[in-house]
Amino acid sequence: MNKKPSSIVALIVKWLVLIIVLAAIYLPLIMIVAYSFSPARSIGDEFGTFTLSLYGKLFENEKLLSATRNTLVIGIISATLATLLGTTASIGIHYMRKKSRAIIDASSQITIVNAEIVTAMGFFLLMLFLRDTLLLPVNFSITWLIIAHTVITTPYVILTVSPRLKQLNPNTLEASLDLGAGPMRSLFTVMLPQLAGAMVSGFALAFTLSLDDFVITNINSIGADIETISTFVYSGIRKKLPSEIRALSTLIFAVVLISLIVYNIIKNKNAKNSKGDKK
Amino acid sequence: MKKAKTFRPTAFAFPYVGVTIVFVIVPLILVLIYSLIGEDGSFTFNNFIDVFSNPENVNQLFKTVGIAALSTAICLVIAYPVAYILASSPFNKIAILSLLFIIPMWINFMLRIFALKSMLQMIGIGQSYGAAVIGMVYDFFPYMLLPIYTVLSNMDKSYNEASLDLGANGVKTFLKVTLPLSLPGIISGISMMFMPIFSSYSITMAMGDMNTSVIGAKIATLFEQDSYGYGSALSFVLLVIVIAVMLIGSALSGKTSKPIKGGKKDE
Repeated sequence: MNKKPSSIVALIVKWLVLIIVLAAIYLPLIMIVAYSFSPARSIGDEFGTFTLSLYGKLFENEKLLSATRNTLVIGIISATLATLLGTTASIGIHYMRKKSRAIIDASSQITIVNAEIVTAMGFFLLMLFLRDTLLLPVNFSITWLIIAHTVITTPYVILTVSPRLKQLNPNTLEASLDLGAGPMRSLFTVMLPQLAGAMVSGFALAFTLSLDDFVITNINSIGADIETISTFVYSGIRKKLPSEIRALSTLIFAVVLISLIVYNIIKNKNAKNSKGDKK
Repeated sequence: MKKAKTFRPTAFAFPYVGVTIVFVIVPLILVLIYSLIGEDGSFTFNNFIDVFSNPENVNQLFKTVGIAALSTAICLVIAYPVAYILASSPFNKIAILSLLFIIPMWINFMLRIFALKSMLQMIGIGQSYGAAVIGMVYDFFPYMLLPIYTVLSNMDKSYNEASLDLGANGVKTFLKVTLPLSLPGIISGISMMFMPIFSSYSITMAMGDMNTSVIGAKIATLFEQDSYGYGSALSFVLLVIVIAVMLIGSALSGKTSKPIKGGKKDE
């Protein structure tokens, strides 16, 4: 390929745009990672000597540890529940008549498009209603947060699983039924294995959405004294956050990066395998 | 065949329907009911009258629309060229490149805001309106980029080639072919950013000053102060705005999705 000088200039400009935007995205994160190994009080201060002391402090900071624990517990349990609820719902919706399907799809849309603050207020008022009007023995708690997170993430699982369900070859299920397997057995041995990939994606999506949530958690932990990483950082960010937060951030960045690399390796391997099968 | 037709496991959706009624529909009804109850417990429209008669609320609503529009516009102006470059050759062959721009999506946004805030403080930018806008752009960038990138990279290149072959120059081809075809991605990106900003009081509180506050912050404060009626009325107004924007958005994307029907229709 012989390139004109103008196209080389265009190529350089394009690279520059990408590099500048990437720098803007990653510089703050890189600074946090770098300063997680520094005793400096805040970022930009003199770096001082390399040290792991912040990581030591992190594991002594009970508040920060419990916030991390809460975030993970809420994320894992709510994503599991959302995956179960979303997958069963997808199967049910798949076999519904058009009209009832449209109604359910519309109500799923409510959760997705509604302003988070209104959803959060809805949950808050529901708890007041259950506790103070119906006098049920319930209160704001980690269980309540798990329920709230499950409800807001389930529609996303449905969005992930439903398209896969439409792609499935209906003949495989019919074959299973014709060959004498009961509906339940057919569902579990024929349909669910084919949905496994979509369920994993749905779980991952629900889990990340739960980890990232702030508004619903913040409003629905009023008076419950439960912190997640988001609410912990929020409550301290205007004044002063403990320096250990830099160590925690670094660990989280590392986990995200490693999971993404592993995910992509597995994905590429699967893609190669399926290519080989076709040949 | 017959068996498959009688096999209709619609019952599988019942748990979800139940959950949706109790935890989605009932709360919305409760927001409406609470907004119509006065402090003495009687039925009243006073909460709504308070919402609209207080110029501060209207002011705040306009301010929120302002900061949302400004941040969304800046984000779009940065994200579109990046998406365009990433979707074009030779960049589209480097798979890791687009991933690099999306990775921050998976990192807790509050921690990213903390990182950005520390960085801005280091270079001497304190809490201000501008910092809040930078925070919004930084936080929502991957959500704006992804839908535009997806549309652009799935676009059938023969449209561009046809336009160039028929004598249009690069700029004209972009304006008349590429841009209109990428509109669904743009609309999807805008809707992923514009509405959530109404609620994202955490970013304005962390990055902004006294003048920077979104309507979501006001609602949160009202509930913290136990003004449930007033807060619910304000929430309800926000809900109506959301529904209106949603309807306008779906009407717009319904119009724009028509021309691509012949080609690949991936979103």
